Amino acid sequence: MALRRPNPLFRNLAAKAAAVPMILATLVVFLGGTIWTVVHSFTNSRLLPRFNWVGFDQYDRLWESTRWIVSIQNLMIYGSLSLVFSVGIGLLLAILMDQKIRYEDTFRTIMLYPFALSFIVTGLVWQWILNPDFGIQSIVRGLGWESFTFNPLHDPQLVLYGLLIAGLWQGTGFVMCLMLAGLRGIDEDIWKASRVDGIPAWKTYLLIVLPMMRPVFITTLVIVAAGIIKLYDLVVAQTSGGPGNASQVPAMYVYDYMFQAQNLGQGFAASTMMLLSVLIVLIPWAYLEFGGRKHG
Amino acid sequence: MADATLNTPARSITEARGTKPKRALSGRNIMIYGTLIVFSLYYLLPLWVMVMTSLKGMPEIRMGNIFAPPVEITFEPWVKAWSQACTGLNCDGLSRGFWNSVQILIPSVILSIVVASVNGYALTFWKFKGSDIFFTILIFGAFIPYQVMLYPIVILLREMGLYGSLWGLVLVHTIFGMPILTLLFRNYFSTIPEELFKAARVDGAGFWAIYAKILMPMSLPIFVVAIILQVTGIWNDFLFGVVYTRPDLYPMTVQLNNIVNSVQGVKEYNVNMAATLLTGLVPLFIYFVSGKLFVRGIAAGAVKG
Repeated sequence: MALRRPNPLFRNLAAKAAAVPMILATLVVFLGGTIWTVVHSFTNSRLLPRFNWVGFDQYDRLWESTRWIVSIQNLMIYGSLSLVFSVGIGLLLAILMDQKIRYEDTFRTIMLYPFALSFIVTGLVWQWILNPDFGIQSIVRGLGWESFTFNPLHDPQLVLYGLLIAGLWQGTGFVMCLMLAGLRGIDEDIWKASRVDGIPAWKTYLLIVLPMMRPVFITTLVIVAAGIIKLYDLVVAQTSGGPGNASQVPAMYVYDYMFQAQNLGQGFAASTMMLLSVLIVLIPWAYLEFGGRKHG
Repeated sequence: MADATLNTPARSITEARGTKPKRALSGRNIMIYGTLIVFSLYYLLPLWVMVMTSLKGMPEIRMGNIFAPPVEITFEPWVKAWSQACTGLNCDGLSRGFWNSVQILIPSVILSIVVASVNGYALTFWKFKGSDIFFTILIFGAFIPYQVMLYPIVILLREMGLYGSLWGLVLVHTIFGMPILTLLFRNYFSTIPEELFKAARVDGAGFWAIYAKILMPMSLPIFVVAIILQVTGIWNDFLFGVVYTRPDLYPMTVQLNNIVNSVQGVKEYNVNMAATLLTGLVPLFIYFVSGKLFVRGIAAGAVKG
């Protein structure tokens, strides 16, 4: 484009001025804030952040804390189940929706509306439905099956499944939409060719279409995984981390230590571990996605 | 970036291909529709339960079945949830949270969209040295867990004198809306032919003139998508609300959680469900009105997770 001003610093001045909010946000908040937290996770800050270097002390304490270990275990169990089921159900629904069905819009509207609702609303509704005295358990008992027990929110062994039912309710419609978009992105000619060759539809899906959807799967996995690591609101609303510590998650640990227990150092160390787990998901993806070429 | 995979849903998801099926009842169709209907029941059940519970009186809830429709319809739980439900010592109902949320929502949506659209515009047509690097950091910023940045922002807001105020929260929403919205606008603007932009330049239009007179009128759909995305996202926020505002300024989601999960007093499940439904009404309204644009918004907003 034509450049009239000689000094490169003042070139496109208006554009640079317009980008100031972005530059501030990236440098001060995203980069600066992250580095600040990581650095302060090596201090013994308590009520106020102080720069008193203690090395890995906070991390030692973190990994000795039962509550943190439980949080991590919960996240891994919930996370892997949630990934498998949301991709599985999402894909199944997307394939069904792709069969040139009637009322497709109606079905999509029904499947996707929970995604518009907050995790707080989701958690509270399912807390009510799973309520042992009024919800599913009491109804089945009322039908005559007196010994029927289904009380996941008050059973430490099952509480994660209670969360999972709610989490999947909220999120699978969204995964279905991503998958359906992937299916619709496949060239129609591939279907024609496989029909001409007499290959059954399920085989075409399994051997041709799904492998072609690899990028969609990867994107979906990254999005779902990034969301799982942040899991917080749903647990707060549905179980408050209970019974006992049975449904604690890392985000809750961070919040409690930062804003309730006034032990900032622990909070910083825990949040740095969360960042680390996101990087473990993100770096291989970025590597796969952008391969040899540069970002952007 | 991830544009290719993230943006495909926009066009293709809303249209089915090929001819309509001819035979209605076959084993295959029964299986397809049967499965879809079973799943639909799972998705619809909570909405049904919420509505039904919120219309019953407490005696009926104690005796009856949560799935059954009310014998006697009462709107009292709604009234109570709106104007009398208690959080701590305050008993002025969820209406306070609602108006707080409205006051947070309107400036946050406007500010975040203005900032991000101008930003996306600058990144598309007015690239400067280093602009791509900032953009990359910004997109990666969308993946950083909020917990990592929570406390530094507390310090920043305190220094600016905004900690605990609605404007502090507005600023936070603007910052965290930036990655996804900038991506959204940049992707959209890059589909606009550059010749148009060059022609405007030749005619002497500057940065702001091109934005306001040419780009904005051409890009109304993407602005609508951004509004849908931000209204639902900000309305549904819990974490930022609880961290960056004072109890009397809590947004609706935070207040709702405090009402329902409070340990004091007798649990009034009908009021709780009316309150929950009230909180969900705004995003549900946006969802049902916007239809396919919502799908487009979340597909583009997928990075947000």
